[in-house]
Amino acid sequence: MKVVIVDDEPLARGIVKEYLKSFSNLNLVAECGDGFEGVKMIVQHQPDLIFLDVQMPKITGFEMLELIDNPPQVIFTTAFDEYAMKAFEAHAIDYLLKPFSKERFDKAVSKVLGQQPKIPIALTEETASPESSQRIVVKKGQNIVVLPVQKIHYFEAFDDYVKIFTADGFFLKKKTMSFFEKTLDALQFVRVHRSYILNLQELTRIEPLEKDNHVALLKSGVRMPLSQAGYVKLKSVLGI
Amino acid sequence: MKATVQFFFLAWWVVWTVIQMFVMNYYGISFRESWMDASVTSSLMVGAGYLMIKIVGYFRPSAKNALIILIEAAALTAMCGLASSWILKSIPSSLEYTSWFELTFPVRMVFIWLMIVIAGIDGWLFSYMKEQQQNEHRTKETEKLMREAELTNLQRQLQPHFLFNSLNSISALTVAQPEQARKMIEQLSDFLRGTVKKENNQFTTLRHELHHLQLYLDIEKVRFGHRLSTAIEADNAALEMKLPSLLLQPVLENAIKFGLYDTVGNVVIRLVAKPDNNNLLLEIKNPFDADTAAPKTGTGFGLQSVQKRLSLLFFRNDLLSTEKKENIFITHIKVPQL
Repeated sequence: MKVVIVDDEPLARGIVKEYLKSFSNLNLVAECGDGFEGVKMIVQHQPDLIFLDVQMPKITGFEMLELIDNPPQVIFTTAFDEYAMKAFEAHAIDYLLKPFSKERFDKAVSKVLGQQPKIPIALTEETASPESSQRIVVKKGQNIVVLPVQKIHYFEAFDDYVKIFTADGFFLKKKTMSFFEKTLDALQFVRVHRSYILNLQELTRIEPLEKDNHVALLKSGVRMPLSQAGYVKLKSVLGI
Repeated sequence: MKATVQFFFLAWWVVWTVIQMFVMNYYGISFRESWMDASVTSSLMVGAGYLMIKIVGYFRPSAKNALIILIEAAALTAMCGLASSWILKSIPSSLEYTSWFELTFPVRMVFIWLMIVIAGIDGWLFSYMKEQQQNEHRTKETEKLMREAELTNLQRQLQPHFLFNSLNSISALTVAQPEQARKMIEQLSDFLRGTVKKENNQFTTLRHELHHLQLYLDIEKVRFGHRLSTAIEADNAALEMKLPSLLLQPVLENAIKFGLYDTVGNVVIRLVAKPDNNNLLLEIKNPFDADTAAPKTGTGFGLQSVQKRLSLLFFRNDLLSTEKKENIFITHIKVPQL
């Protein structure tokens, strides 16, 4: 079984490494100091299990997982963190609160070893860290891009993905529209259509179309259709 | 206070007696009878006034029910009238005086009533003001207590994150580097002792504060030694200047957190301290990523609590400010020297 450790503190990685020694069937293939390296190593080695810290440079452990198509099993290792605690409850195989004992560690690992069908980690609104209302982490080719939400013009539904439009083109993210609708600031991002979420800063005009239909005009020149419910919601947020 | 009140009643009695005697003399009443009448009337009136003040003090009517004062005064006046006529008629006196007494009786009653009403209003105002003073005192006292509680609370805020991560580092060191683990336990103990023993929001010298800060930085360097370095520059004159104890640690903590979590490279945290007139100026710099940092950068809990503490201590809101220069985030703190 291949294992990767992702933690920004060398000593914290050291303790996991030390505890791993007693498991001959667990083979440490990489250790990483941040999420960028983490993504690279996980894609390269395809591990079965990762030990993952939450608070890390640039992107959090959760944001890192979002960038991986089929995330492996995850055991979180973190110090007291009220947001992470909430998220762990439903989703991770286990979580280890630093500092943790060898016994506690063994128990977590035995859960992975003894588990029959693999349960994929579920990243939903509940695992959204406080950062996710401020930024979105996306992948473009080999590069990882941290997008501050201010730079996002709008979101468009695209099969299982969402297209995130910015001045530099669009990025794909495997998430649902309702995820963004729930995590982003509802006064700035409005779901104006089943397939669209609009950043109000980008809105220049609302024009009537035939019958009761309306269309929104964006700074970038895009014409975005508004559903009837979306039009009503938009008006109420704008206070008109 | 008590003596003033007594003096007031005595003065009232004397003044009223003298005035009444003069008036009666003027209308041709003998000196003996004037004196007798004036002293009895004044005594009764002052006594009634005293009672009135007491009554109002105990059961102070609301402004709406102020009419009660007039009625109470009327009752007391009636008692004065009955008593004075009973006393004065029981003393043998001239026909001239008796008829004069009968003639002026209604006027006297009106006068006495007015005087008692005035006494009642005085008493009302006095007890009202006393209550206001007590209220004000209580409010001030409560505010003071709240301020103190808030200050100790702000000061005691130790990030549990820091504590648990440090313990984890110690745990990691124990097997491979026991010496290093012991050293870190000592540093952590010294640091914790420093944060718990400071009470009553003492002020301390910058020299002392920097010493405490160094313990904190040493621990953080064990955790992040591969990425973190610090540069502290303090003017000699600044070293002896005073600042609220434990003020800087949350600022540094904020700077380190930003530096470490907002960038991936090596991080240098700088602290510069220098005197300026009657102020101690402190400048803390850390790198951050201008492109991805949230717009709210720098109003993290750490800085907010420092700002709150400064404004509670100095009653000023302009002592902490932040600034962004390219990829450097700067926190400015000004500590007035008292």
